[in-house]
Amino acid sequence: MQVTEYKPLIVAFCCNWCSYAGADLAGNNRLSYPADVKIIRVPCSCRVNPMFILRAFQRGADGVILCGCHPGDCHYTTGNYYTRRRMALLFSMLDYLGIERERTRVEWVSAAEGAKFAATMNDFVAQVAALGENKRLEDLRCKK
Amino acid sequence: MQEITREALLSRAAELFRDGTVDRALGWRAGEFDYDVTPGVFTSAEELENGFVWNDFCGANFSKYLIRETGLTEKKVLVFLKPCDTYSFNQLLTEHRFARDKVYAVGVPCAGMADVKLLRDRFDGVTSVEGAEGGVLVHTLYDGDVTLPQAELLPDRCRNCKSKKHVAYDELLGSDGEVLDSHRFDEVEQLERMTPDERFAFWQNELSRCIRCNACRDVCPACTCEKCVFDNPASGAANKAPSSSFEEQMFHIIRAFHVAGRCTDCGECSRVCPQHIPLHLLNRKFIRDIDRFYGEYQAGAEVGSRAPIVDYTEGDIEPGEAVEGGARHA
Repeated sequence: MQVTEYKPLIVAFCCNWCSYAGADLAGNNRLSYPADVKIIRVPCSCRVNPMFILRAFQRGADGVILCGCHPGDCHYTTGNYYTRRRMALLFSMLDYLGIERERTRVEWVSAAEGAKFAATMNDFVAQVAALGENKRLEDLRCKK
Repeated sequence: MQEITREALLSRAAELFRDGTVDRALGWRAGEFDYDVTPGVFTSAEELENGFVWNDFCGANFSKYLIRETGLTEKKVLVFLKPCDTYSFNQLLTEHRFARDKVYAVGVPCAGMADVKLLRDRFDGVTSVEGAEGGVLVHTLYDGDVTLPQAELLPDRCRNCKSKKHVAYDELLGSDGEVLDSHRFDEVEQLERMTPDERFAFWQNELSRCIRCNACRDVCPACTCEKCVFDNPASGAANKAPSSSFEEQMFHIIRAFHVAGRCTDCGECSRVCPQHIPLHLLNRKFIRDIDRFYGEYQAGAEVGSRAPIVDYTEGDIEPGEAVEGGARHA
């Protein structure tokens, strides 16, 4: 049997106005980041319901990162402030249930920060890869 | 032993029915045994006379039932509220879930309720329970008659009672107490001091007993959505999958999250859980975190207060810091 290198699956929720454009900029600048990152574009980081994050884990994600505009720079003025509170509480709760806290992250990436986007993704993928497969939030019914 | 007697509540209720203030009452209905008390709707003083009870097993919080009953009444709904119920009452008012002028709320002092599970674990064949000198007198089939202090039968929510003060009422029978300095977060902090592996094992042990009966959701005074995310068969939490732990965790995280900032810590979820899962520990974690991150907040203490989760400040804690710093050791 051929042994393949473990590749984590990362879901990145990126807000349309800053982080998604930041990802674009990273691409335009030919900055590389692992192809393990699957980007889902959302209108605003506060569109992300805590259920989305759990759902991503259920469907096999090993890590979930949520990127939005810097606080104060939200396209909708205040969306990411609510994201910040929600995610602080959700991540703390995941930690409380004994789920590895390194599997989730929130990062603020502006449209001008292509380099930050690539660096963040490189770092996060390495962090999740070091943890290995997500076992604590997996749903065997969704395993192929 | 409760300060106010059943007769005092009944006579006041009869007066209110007689003078036409109310045309229905929410009260505790007797079951087969003393400890089988269920919530009930009474439409006359006679019905109350026959079926109403007030004893150490009247834990049910009626606030949520007001949503339905205030829509049905032509006058007002009489409701008996213990101190912890008044917080839920206020929270529902804050959320505009029922009209205040459709309710006649009678505050009832509470000396703490008894935990049926503790009683059953301890005695075999409990037939009746009554207040007695020095505590509670339990009559049993196989263990004889035993008198024990009420403190030994208190459930967690009463041992760590947060308040004996009624924050809402039209009329108070008996005396009002104070907001207490409770130790309700001790257990949460104890869990936080464990390693992640220990915590995971603890919660797996608890949550794997969940049979997805939705009783915690149905009884919760904060869970009042007409359409619930868990009624969606595609939610992934609608059935019990024996092969993995995910749907349990998702159900319980989301259930607790949906009431975060609005949960008054009334403890009804843990009371009704047929599997005795300490669900209040999830809610209290959110309350604890909200207190630490965004300042002390008690849902329902005031009508109209803004829940921290629908509010923000520019200097809020970052989600990364929240787990590494604040939450682990206060």
